[in-house]
Amino acid sequence: MIRALALLAALLFAQPAQADAFSEAVAGLSAGGFGEKIKAVETLAALGDARAVPILRAMAEGRLLARPDGALVIDGHDATTGQPAEAEGALAVSINNRLRSAIQGAVGRLGLVSPDPAERGRAAQAVLDSPSPESAAMLRKAIERETDAAVMTAMRFSLAALDLGDADPARRLAGVAALADSSLDPQVRGLLTRLAQSDSDAGVAGAARQALEGAETRLRALRIAENLFQGISLGSVLLLAAIGLAVTFGVMGVINMAHGEMIMLGAYTTFAVQEAFRAWAPAWALDFYLVAALPAAFLVSAAIGIALERGVIRFLYGRPLETLLATWGVSLMLQQLVRSLFGATNKEVANPSWMTGGIELAGGVMLTWNRVVIVLFAVAVLAGLAALMRWSFFGLGMRAVTQNRAMASAMGIPAGRVDALTFGLGSGIAGIAGVALSQIGNVSPNLGQGYIVDSFMVVVFGGVGSLWGTLVASLSLGVVNKFLEPYAGAMLGKILVLVFIILFIQKRPRGLFALRGRSAEA
Amino acid sequence: MGPVLSRLLAIDDRRFWLGFGAVGILLLAVVPSLNALPAGHALNVPDYAVTLLGKYLCYALLALSLDLVWGFAGVLSLGHGAFFALGGYAMGMYMMRSIGGRGVYGHATLPDFMVFLNWQELPWYWMGFDSFWFAAAMVVAVPAGLAFVVGWLAFRSRITGVYLSIITQAMTYALMLAFFRNEMGFGGNNGLTDFKELLGFDLSRPGVKLGLYTASAVMLGVAFLVCRFIVGSKLGRVLMAIRDAESRVRFLGYSATAVKLFAFVISAVLAGIAGALYVPQVGIINPSEFSPANSIEVAIWVAVGGRGTLLGPVLGAFAVNGAKTWLTGAAPELWLFALGGLFIVVTLLMPKGIVGLAAQARERLRGRPVPLIEEKRNA
Repeated sequence: MIRALALLAALLFAQPAQADAFSEAVAGLSAGGFGEKIKAVETLAALGDARAVPILRAMAEGRLLARPDGALVIDGHDATTGQPAEAEGALAVSINNRLRSAIQGAVGRLGLVSPDPAERGRAAQAVLDSPSPESAAMLRKAIERETDAAVMTAMRFSLAALDLGDADPARRLAGVAALADSSLDPQVRGLLTRLAQSDSDAGVAGAARQALEGAETRLRALRIAENLFQGISLGSVLLLAAIGLAVTFGVMGVINMAHGEMIMLGAYTTFAVQEAFRAWAPAWALDFYLVAALPAAFLVSAAIGIALERGVIRFLYGRPLETLLATWGVSLMLQQLVRSLFGATNKEVANPSWMTGGIELAGGVMLTWNRVVIVLFAVAVLAGLAALMRWSFFGLGMRAVTQNRAMASAMGIPAGRVDALTFGLGSGIAGIAGVALSQIGNVSPNLGQGYIVDSFMVVVFGGVGSLWGTLVASLSLGVVNKFLEPYAGAMLGKILVLVFIILFIQKRPRGLFALRGRSAEA
Repeated sequence: MGPVLSRLLAIDDRRFWLGFGAVGILLLAVVPSLNALPAGHALNVPDYAVTLLGKYLCYALLALSLDLVWGFAGVLSLGHGAFFALGGYAMGMYMMRSIGGRGVYGHATLPDFMVFLNWQELPWYWMGFDSFWFAAAMVVAVPAGLAFVVGWLAFRSRITGVYLSIITQAMTYALMLAFFRNEMGFGGNNGLTDFKELLGFDLSRPGVKLGLYTASAVMLGVAFLVCRFIVGSKLGRVLMAIRDAESRVRFLGYSATAVKLFAFVISAVLAGIAGALYVPQVGIINPSEFSPANSIEVAIWVAVGGRGTLLGPVLGAFAVNGAKTWLTGAAPELWLFALGGLFIVVTLLMPKGIVGLAAQARERLRGRPVPLIEEKRNA
């Protein structure tokens, strides 16, 4: 292996002059004194020849043997040429700690000329740990040869960081200028801060200060962007939980306290579908279990919703307080049912591989895919519902029955069936929300309880019966919550939001987007 | 006794006073004397049963307080657990202070959890709670104040029906979140516990437990009479009119806001007193008492017993909690099914609760079935 590598390297760098200098330097490794050996190591590192790496490594590990005739042997092969060689009477080249650290530094810098881009990238970062003028020179040379764009960036970055410690103020200034773009990195900010405080040259110090200020501004902007994203993400979760309620409560006026349990059932359906896929589906299909879980969750929750409407709620129209209590009873029973079927412990629902990970923006801001997908999904569900209500025949019937029940019946719309289907739709959407929520949190029998108060708040805040209101209310509540969190803590933030809504309803009892006209006086 | 007062107290209603006296004798004389019988005697009421009964009496008082606003004014508050818990916390704070230097950490004034949190001095809102009378005043004042503010805000902007229910639910939910925080200074998650004595009486002694039970029974009786007084008065008439047709009452010139606010505040005070009597008997108060589920459970006690009657909530609290005690012991996994089923059955089939069952049955026997389902859509 070593032989093959050495041969390859020899072919790549087949320049006689360099080869000569190289073998000379290698020969110097077995010189008498440690000082001379160190010099030979430095020379090897400065030559920038990748062949030197295995030799230096062998030396550090004590596998480099010197024959009495001066030839160097590693594991039965000549160190320079790679030909098989006798190791009779050879002794290990002795090293000490100083030499060992010199070797380490040299190997690190030589990584810059490694044929493997990943290795070069690592080396570019590693030079920052032991800054020296030599490594700066080496980096400069390596940058000229570099072909890989990512490694090049890393090298430029390291070089600029090294330049900050240079004796020449012009170099330092150039370093600051080069780093101003990447000043979000905490390491760089540390370097710049040191420079800004204690550089002897006023110009350099000023430039560093300016770069730091720019960094602060951009960091603040990034924090805001991060909060905004997290707020939108939280808002989209609220939105998902509340859309179904916007149908059952908003459109039909039914207080369904079991709404959270419809979400919970959707999450458990997702779990069941996942287990079914794990048991029976081919391996490639595992990643797409969510696609099957969506309609399954919709159907399960919708079926239970329709059964609830036909079996209980139908008899309680016009008596909202009784509806509230009866559906609360249903929610208790559903929770206990799931607890008996699946056990009280949390169930694990895995993210499919296309939803794991995320994109990292500068400064450590992370957008995870599952959050991004949920934001898009929530908007899609809302748009789908709005389209259904606006353009489908079913939507027309739904609106007709809510606006004027008697007239709709007289026109031949089966009001009872529309009631059942509308309630089923709202419940089914809650089930779909459960699929999404299973991707970001625990799946437990109490899952729905955490959302019920929040979703009612969203619907009431947005204005009962208005889908737009639901969208605006959930997003603004999510964002406000996230922006309050750093100042007030998560719980206090939530309390403040609740208090705010209670006060808000004082001013506008019918919510942000109050319905006007006939449907308002239902 | 003037004629007005005599009418208000319905002093001539012999049947009521006979029943009231009988129940009073049962609770205040029969139970304590049975408790005094030697252990092992067939009729002995053991100490734990006395404490259990005391707890039920507090629940009954809580249910009664909710019935005053729900049954008579049509205001279904789902936040009565919050008033109950606030009263309990006020009493708990007094008992915490009276532990004094006998806590685990032995600090003279600071309760254990504050020492544990490294607090140096008592927060201002703990001042005064070393006095029982101050604490007792707070038991009344804090729930009353909260009810006044929330009620004033809500009733003024004519928030009624389910909206009011949801707002009150959000109120108790927010309070629960707040009390869970350690920084609030109410013991966070664990709440207040390890009480030693009340007014110098050792809480672990059976005699003191009997005393607390007696106090609860007396308080329930007093509250019952107070509610009866309110309901029987002219104001009670207005309350019921508001329940049945609020806008008509407004048009007639009554201030629905003020009347409802009055009932709401009185109700909150009763709930707070129930909490204050409850905490020394169970020995702990923690934020889970604020959980919305607790408050909504109170509503089902009232509904089971029969809302709009004063006897109903008391019966309902005893029936449901008795069933709970029995069933959570016998088959814990069935309890939530039973409770959930109760919610459905009561709302669908027993709109008048236990108290109304007899009337319902009578009507049915006469061949005039009571309409169970009112066809009132879009109302």
